[in-house]
Amino acid sequence: MARIEAEVGKPQGGFMKWIDDRFPFTETMEYHVTKYYASKNFNWWYIFGVLAFVVLVIQLLTGIFLTMNYKPAAADAFASVEYIMRDVEWGWLIRYMHSTGASFFFIVVYLHMFRAMLYGSYKKPRELIWLIGMLIFFVLMAEGFAGYLLPWGQMSYWGAQVIISLFGAIPFVGEALVEIIRGDYSISDITLNRFFALHVIFLPLTLIGLVFVHIVALHEVGSNNPDGIEIKKNKDADGKPLDGVAFHPYHTTKDLVGIIVFLMLFSAVVFFAPDMGGYFLEHANFEPANMTATPEHIAPVWYYTPYYAILRAVPDKLWGFILFAMAVVLPVFLPWLDRCRVRSIRYRGWMYKTALAVFVVTFVSLGWLGLQPATGTYVLMARLFSVLYFAFFLLMPFYTAMDKTKPVPDRVVYHG
Amino acid sequence: MTEDDLDRNRRHFLTVATLVTGAAGVGVVAIPFLSSLKPSARAQALGAPVEVPLASIQPGEMVRVLWRGRLVFVLRRDEKMLGSLPNVVDELRDPNSEVVEQQPEYAVNDTRSVKPEYLVVEGSCTHLGCAPLEDFEVRPAEGWGGGFFCPCHGSKFDLAGRVYKGVPAPTNLRVPPHRFVRDDLILIGQDQGAA
Amino acid sequence: MGKFKKIASLMVFSACFVATQGLASSGGGSHMEKADIDPDNISSLQRGARNFMNYCSGCHSAQYVRYKTIGKYLGLSEEQLIDNLMFNADKTFETIQTSMPSADARRWYGVAPPDLSLMARAKGTNYVYNFLKGFYVSEESPTGVDNLVLAGTSMPHVLWELQGYQAANFTKHDNEDGSVETTFEGFEALTAGAMDAEDYDEFVRDTVNFLAYISEPIRSDRRKLGVWVLMFLIFFYILASMLKKQIWKDVN
Repeated sequence: MARIEAEVGKPQGGFMKWIDDRFPFTETMEYHVTKYYASKNFNWWYIFGVLAFVVLVIQLLTGIFLTMNYKPAAADAFASVEYIMRDVEWGWLIRYMHSTGASFFFIVVYLHMFRAMLYGSYKKPRELIWLIGMLIFFVLMAEGFAGYLLPWGQMSYWGAQVIISLFGAIPFVGEALVEIIRGDYSISDITLNRFFALHVIFLPLTLIGLVFVHIVALHEVGSNNPDGIEIKKNKDADGKPLDGVAFHPYHTTKDLVGIIVFLMLFSAVVFFAPDMGGYFLEHANFEPANMTATPEHIAPVWYYTPYYAILRAVPDKLWGFILFAMAVVLPVFLPWLDRCRVRSIRYRGWMYKTALAVFVVTFVSLGWLGLQPATGTYVLMARLFSVLYFAFFLLMPFYTAMDKTKPVPDRVVYHG
Repeated sequence: MTEDDLDRNRRHFLTVATLVTGAAGVGVVAIPFLSSLKPSARAQALGAPVEVPLASIQPGEMVRVLWRGRLVFVLRRDEKMLGSLPNVVDELRDPNSEVVEQQPEYAVNDTRSVKPEYLVVEGSCTHLGCAPLEDFEVRPAEGWGGGFFCPCHGSKFDLAGRVYKGVPAPTNLRVPPHRFVRDDLILIGQDQGAA
Repeated sequence: MGKFKKIASLMVFSACFVATQGLASSGGGSHMEKADIDPDNISSLQRGARNFMNYCSGCHSAQYVRYKTIGKYLGLSEEQLIDNLMFNADKTFETIQTSMPSADARRWYGVAPPDLSLMARAKGTNYVYNFLKGFYVSEESPTGVDNLVLAGTSMPHVLWELQGYQAANFTKHDNEDGSVETTFEGFEALTAGAMDAEDYDEFVRDTVNFLAYISEPIRSDRRKLGVWVLMFLIFFYILASMLKKQIWKDVN
């Protein structure tokens, strides 16, 4: 007996019908998941959105179990982390997954953002997706920052001390703001407790909400693709994009492969190099916070260092802060800075390609420089790369308008 | 078989194989998370057996100790107390300690103890868990032979922790695992068999 | 093109991974010798445990470490554990505490001897190895010694009986900007200890090995488990790849 394929929104019999009569389950599943059409020519740059979601789930799950055993008080926090590492069954694994997940979250998110820069995914009509994404990025930075204080190690304490003091640079309200953030006259047990509340409740809820909105906005206009063309422009007799394939089973099976590769890299780190040479778990943080002794070499965790390098490059507290903030915020304006008629780098001219290549080198170099002491040639290099960083964005309206583009095909390029 | 059939079979096989492998993976990953909910090494350390030296306990005197966060009574019964035990048997719900969960084998006897002199019971009323009060004074007029009285809902237990009839508590006070390390030292939390 | 990029990025990642491992084991100035510990050498760890309990635990606690954990990993019976390693504790589930009250320690030494549970992880094994080998005679110091790795340390040369005493030779060098640069030239043995240099090195190495172990007791288990996890994922990858290719066959 032939199996009849159900159409979108048509409920199945029995149990599912009972549910569907009362809740748009099948309809939502089909519209947003199984029958969501996306381009068939996705390359591996397109895996990072899914991976970000996977990492979010990992962090939430491991975070919940860590919260069961962690104590958010200055007197107990450090010891409670060692308790998790040594006394709680499998606690070490949960902890390493969480610390590794934090670093991988940023690796994945940076690459996810880079994909948008490659293929113009922030351009009309996807500006809102980009804006929400930037909000997610800011919340993620705050989440990472709050989380890093919790182990209450030397780097936790002094890193927080330095970064929170930054806000004191803001004229008029700076000092009051810093006191409000800390809840005390210096970073203390009080600060730790409230950062715990932010890290475990407020910021994760905000993150989940924003991710939800991010996906809804995406589904409203449909995904972009490496050729930057709108697949909805060419539809077949059934109204399905000719260049699209249903999310299930095509993108589900493809994404599964990507997720497994990710899990291999993730597991390699968790099981063989959770410290990652001191980049994922910093050595100084294995010493409990000591308010009388600053570690030799304070640096923020690696994923903040590009911005930290820009901050330090400026020899003025206030302007350093302003430029640091600008550096973080500037990408928000990409949809409007980018004047190119064409979305994807595949059809752009040499100016943008060069600019983007320079940007990559700049960003990575700034990241590396942020980890070095601010002496000698390092300072000079940080200043040079800071200029290049800002130039990428601020000159973009000009070089993208001037850039000679190639003709964009009607249909996607797919090699099977 | 046509090539299409082969394809469909292969597709089916691969789908099932992948799903099964994935499910197995998820199942295995769940194990560490669920295991982490078990009592940790610290809980086990804190829940270790507790020593109670007996030398300073006078006949008729009781000491309270904590084992695994629970209250335990160690009562040194005098001759009079031990003598009174048979008298109240008719008024007890479970005089022969037939409810197996409430005491280890070696406490299934007339005195519910390893040595008749020393009663070791958990100070937790078997009704809803309140800590019973000691009331060793014998008041024949009231028909009270001495024992424990729970202030919460009026349950009564005799000098061997056995529950009276007609009170809310359903069973005798629980005897925890315990053993005599020496004549003057009890270890609560470890059975006689264990070393 | 996509596959090539994937492979390339995997290679880059692996290269970074390998590079950071190099970073991890090194650390410190050019005069730092490598500790060269073998975490899988149980005999070394047993000796290290003995060394630690006999020479270090008098002042230093290892407050996050339970005797039980060590006993199990080192293959000791409960009796061996209690007889050889437990001096001021009764129960094997207890943690390694020191008998020296910290308030007194602060008065005597100026600073309480730090807990050593995580020292190897915080400073690195090379640091600790060179620290224990780096005490030299110094007249200005209240303990009579200073340390090349941690200048001004309050710690006395606890192992002097084993190593003997050594002097440190420095040369001073005037820089153009007027600052004076002091360079360490080498150690010079003054008095002999009970052990010759090679034996002392091994003694320290064993101790550092033990300190590395207690800083992360689960290390050996996690690496073993990791092999299984990766093997499973490789198997899963193969299946999922085949499934993906099969599904995508009908896409043109």
